[in-house]
Amino acid sequence: MPTMTMIQAINSGLDLMLARDPDVLIFGEDVGYFGGVFRVTEGLAKKHGDTRCFDTPLSEGGIVATAIGMGAYGLRPVIEIQFVDYILPAYDQLVSEAARLRYRSGGEFWCPITVRSPYGGGIFGGQTHSASPEAIFAHVCGLKTVIPSTPYDAKGLLISAIEDDDPVIFLEPKRIYNGPFDGHPDQPVRPWSQHPASEVPDGYYKIPLGNAAVVREGRAVTVLAYGTMVHVSLAAANESGIDAEVIDLRSIVPLDIDTIVASVKKTRRCVIVHEASRFAGFAAEITTLIQERCFYHLEAPVGRVTGWDTPYPHAFEWDYFPGPARVIAGMRRVLEG
Amino acid sequence: MSNRLPLKLHIPAPTTRPGCAPDFSHMVFPAVGATRRPDVFSAEPQMRDLPYGMVRVLDSDGLATGPWNPKLDPAFLLRGLRAMLLTRLFDERMFRAHREGKTSFFMKSTGEEAIGAAPSMVLGPEDMCFPTYRVVSYLLARDYPLIDLVNHNFSNVADPLKGRQLPVLYSARAFGFYSISGNVGSRFGHAVGWAMASAYKKDDKIALAYIGEGTTAEGDFHEALTFAAVYHAPVILCITNNQWAISTYQGMAGGEETTFAARAIGYGLPGLRVDGNDFLAVYAATEWAAERARGNHGATLIEFFTYRASGHSTSDDPSKYRPVNEAAEWPLGDPITRLKQHLIAIGAWSEVQHEALEHELFALVRAALKQGEAIGTLGASKPACGEMFECVYKEPDWRLTEQRQELGV
Repeated sequence: MPTMTMIQAINSGLDLMLARDPDVLIFGEDVGYFGGVFRVTEGLAKKHGDTRCFDTPLSEGGIVATAIGMGAYGLRPVIEIQFVDYILPAYDQLVSEAARLRYRSGGEFWCPITVRSPYGGGIFGGQTHSASPEAIFAHVCGLKTVIPSTPYDAKGLLISAIEDDDPVIFLEPKRIYNGPFDGHPDQPVRPWSQHPASEVPDGYYKIPLGNAAVVREGRAVTVLAYGTMVHVSLAAANESGIDAEVIDLRSIVPLDIDTIVASVKKTRRCVIVHEASRFAGFAAEITTLIQERCFYHLEAPVGRVTGWDTPYPHAFEWDYFPGPARVIAGMRRVLEG
Repeated sequence: MSNRLPLKLHIPAPTTRPGCAPDFSHMVFPAVGATRRPDVFSAEPQMRDLPYGMVRVLDSDGLATGPWNPKLDPAFLLRGLRAMLLTRLFDERMFRAHREGKTSFFMKSTGEEAIGAAPSMVLGPEDMCFPTYRVVSYLLARDYPLIDLVNHNFSNVADPLKGRQLPVLYSARAFGFYSISGNVGSRFGHAVGWAMASAYKKDDKIALAYIGEGTTAEGDFHEALTFAAVYHAPVILCITNNQWAISTYQGMAGGEETTFAARAIGYGLPGLRVDGNDFLAVYAATEWAAERARGNHGATLIEFFTYRASGHSTSDDPSKYRPVNEAAEWPLGDPITRLKQHLIAIGAWSEVQHEALEHELFALVRAALKQGEAIGTLGASKPACGEMFECVYKEPDWRLTEQRQELGV
């Protein structure tokens, strides 16, 4: 089986869907001839033709509006927003239009669009190339939000997203595009080829949305994470020797509540890790769900390890980023609690 | 402070306000027949005079004249007249139903009936209209059932939109009528995407979208025009310039400086300014743009110049911000009166026939309202409450299932 980076795996998924379904098409800024600033769509325009994968004006609102209209016609557009930090001009389209079209039209119209966008920090991108806005999508009824953490998952989840008949926000953790970064910026970058989940089939397979993965079994504490933070959390568990059960949520909407509840009832302790800032972040929702469903099983308050409530600061990247030391401290707090 | 000239901030304001006599003397219209009709496939740079002209066909005697005369069969025109008249009567009756407490909200399209009806008769059943809330005449020109409009406006058990959507914000896919939203302008780009999809599939369907002149100030308008121009989308993009966005007059959207049709020039699109109260002119301009789109010559921007004769909605009181009798003084008249006058002038219609038609249509409207009232007005009847949880997603996830159980529906 071939070994792929996350970029190659997503490219493989797009390539396969273009070949498989003539109603799939790709557009976004720089995605055509050039193949995207992160090279995710490299070679697709050349292979499938420039009506299947093409450049757009620099207009996120226009890109999403166009995709919704195409979706209503019956196509399955897969669009790229170059950095998720730039998605906000399209937020109205996503919230007021994509998310509600099926609902408000009595099911007459819907838009099966996939909005791919690199997100998250750890690349010294400062406040304009590092955002983690997953919570503002999770809050919108009618949208789905998917965040892979490995090449294998990225391809399988992407195919599910494209085939889904609802609009899907597909956030790609750009810090792990080329290797499973574990939160130690001072250590050499590990390539994906050394990670088992870099083995990606060339062919078609799907990972259903709403299925979390238990990536490390343990009995002492449940650690819930997604994207880059899955690798950071695993590093924290391994380095601390804490018997942590690490769960990769993979999609936050739909959320795999059953896997979360089963694990928390087993370990009786939980820490939620995300790179986004804390206040009203997605961890707040999970915390509430856990106290609603597992309150009498809990031995300690649910803990949160997150980015601070500041914009993403350039010079203070590693002070902001919730690395393994902070995850270990977070686990210890709930273990002592 | 320097000794330079002090700068002045300009705040546009209409020439007249309540208490003033209506004054449209600043509006100068080209004579009927004066604006040329270029060949449909003309190159855009050769047509940059058109946004400053005005496509007009009906003269003051009600006769059709000039190069834009679409030369339509009287029977066809009578269909248009019928759709416009039905719209007017429906609007009036529905507005009254709101005042009687039978629904929460309503919007009339009085004075703008030609802008929906004529394009509806240009486009085919497979084409798609991306409407605003003031073009119900588009649906009525396609024989959309009145009872479905009534049931929707009453949000009763037979509401085709299942009680989830505000009155007037219709959706009718089978009639080529896209879902309306109260967020103005946000579907303008959908029309472009839909048209691009049709081109992508080598299909032959085109799209038509409406937007108000006030909404041309939104980014959605400019994004849609950019995409339409860049990809030569087979779409007709229509601005309804009815002079008023609630209480905001058209000058606040830039109409003091230029015409809205002239927005097209910056995008390299043909722009037409059209007398929106002249059914024949609206038809001819739309037909021209449709032929252009079907011939792979891309998008056209059309400004329909008209006047919003009614308030913005049932929640609005236009006497608070404009002279009350402006509508009656509108220099381009009323679209129904003018088409009627034309049909009489050519011997295809009479006052007696018109009155009979009015009675016939009024009876239809009254019967539809009665039928809807028998099913139930707002609050007296509603769709099954479980509908609230449907269609959020194609399949509900556990949250919706649990919440539905929590509510017990």
